[in-house]
Amino acid sequence: MTHYDIQSIRNDFPILKSTVNGKPLVYLDNGATTQKPQVVIDAIAHYYTAQNSNIHRGVHHLSQVATDAYELTRTKLKPFINAEHEHEIILTKGTTDGINIVAQCYGKAFIHKGDEVIISAMEHHSNIVPWQIVCEERGATLKVIPMDEDGNLDLSAYKKMLNEKVKIVSITYVSNSLGTVNPVKEMIDLAHERNIPVLLDAAQAVQHIPIDVQALDVDFLAFSGHKMYGPTGIGVLYGKEKWLNTMPPYQGGGDMIKTVTFEKTVYNQLPFKFEAGTPNIEAGICLANAIDYIQTIGLDNIARYENELLEYATRALLEIPGLKIYGTAKVKSSVISFLIEGTHPYDVGTILDKLGIAVRTGHHCTQPVMDFYGIPGTIRASIALYNSKEDIDTLVEGIKRAVSMLL
Amino acid sequence: MTINEIQDELIDDFEFFTDWMEKYEHIIQLGKELPLIDEEYKKEDYLIKGCQSQVWLHAELVNDKVKFTADSDAIITKGLVSMMVKVLSGHTPEDIANADLYFINRIGLKEHLSPTRANGFLSMVKQMKLYAVTMKARA
Repeated sequence: MTHYDIQSIRNDFPILKSTVNGKPLVYLDNGATTQKPQVVIDAIAHYYTAQNSNIHRGVHHLSQVATDAYELTRTKLKPFINAEHEHEIILTKGTTDGINIVAQCYGKAFIHKGDEVIISAMEHHSNIVPWQIVCEERGATLKVIPMDEDGNLDLSAYKKMLNEKVKIVSITYVSNSLGTVNPVKEMIDLAHERNIPVLLDAAQAVQHIPIDVQALDVDFLAFSGHKMYGPTGIGVLYGKEKWLNTMPPYQGGGDMIKTVTFEKTVYNQLPFKFEAGTPNIEAGICLANAIDYIQTIGLDNIARYENELLEYATRALLEIPGLKIYGTAKVKSSVISFLIEGTHPYDVGTILDKLGIAVRTGHHCTQPVMDFYGIPGTIRASIALYNSKEDIDTLVEGIKRAVSMLL
Repeated sequence: MTINEIQDELIDDFEFFTDWMEKYEHIIQLGKELPLIDEEYKKEDYLIKGCQSQVWLHAELVNDKVKFTADSDAIITKGLVSMMVKVLSGHTPEDIANADLYFINRIGLKEHLSPTRANGFLSMVKQMKLYAVTMKARA
């Protein structure tokens, strides 16, 4: 792992110096949320010290400062995902919010009785439930792309599912419980052959894999700020303008309007049409600092480092007797889900916590995946740009200790 | 022994343990020792759903006293469950309904009662109290 100064990077994240139950924190729950570098933390304090004001309104100086800073994030997001237009970038509350916007608004415009919506067997509940709701509302059917034991989607089944009734395909780029990186470009192209648009849940992708929405030709892309070293309560929904312009708005209120009378209201143009009310301004502004931080290191470098660490971790874990990894697709990112025979994940997770190791146990908001394997849940370690080999070594030792206590 | 006497005894037991590991080893041991519930009660009807660990709870009134049997698929939860059954089982519905369960806190296991833990244990404690209240109302 050359040219990647892990110690310097770790020093940027103050929380990594904390102790838990008297032990140094080993934070391996990045799939749930990531820690923040000092620059992002400082930016949040700076916002309230020097910039705080409502945005897109007002003629006074502070409101202009805040507005500029907020829109700067949008400006930076455009090259970050290589969108064609800034107005195709909607700032949301998070991935779940973004998917709900598409499900409801695209749904109102384009999904009708008898239509079909395709999702996959490995989706997070946030990419299942919004579609269940809209299918029920619109009289459409939800279809699910099957997956195999390794956690790969069945592409030949997918091809057969694409027909003239399908109105949208919504799939995850990277699975949060299995780590599978789906062949999204291929899946998008196949859908486009039949003029079916595709939404990608990029919540677990944007921080690990460089994303180019134009190269992917994806129709919608949703991700969260807090999973990419940014603040909580902010997210991004990218949508091609041809779709966003034909979709009705999501929430009504201030900012998404041009004119309001009791007889008729004219909606604002993109992106504001989908940004009603006062947003999480500080989070929106400081997301730019997170983007800057990532780009200082470089996503290619981050991806290379994390993939090496993932390989190291996979090898190390597989040496533990009785340990089984769930999610063994050929292409994976960041996540290792596992169980140790004869133990319950809750028990292992509790003991690991006592050792200062933060992993996640349970179904990871993917109950269908756990049902597929017939298990109550898994223990999930998920890697981020500041995790080290030592973190993995500590995890391995911790697991061995837990197992010796439980078996 | 009264409910509080049992709680105090448990607290005394745990005072011997100096670190978390000894505490949890003891809880795990408690969990391993007791097959607490009849297989016929390990069913949906008796299942208390926690997010991660499941708990099965059965309650019946025997000579004015409530008899609890319970089990869990996670050992640590099972150990906690066995302690709770030890404290509450064999007492009147009134005593159970009014019981102040301070031993969990005093043993230093408060985190297992936190709803964010999403385990079946907290739900089970609530259910035990509910059974007691119901049985008391029927009396």
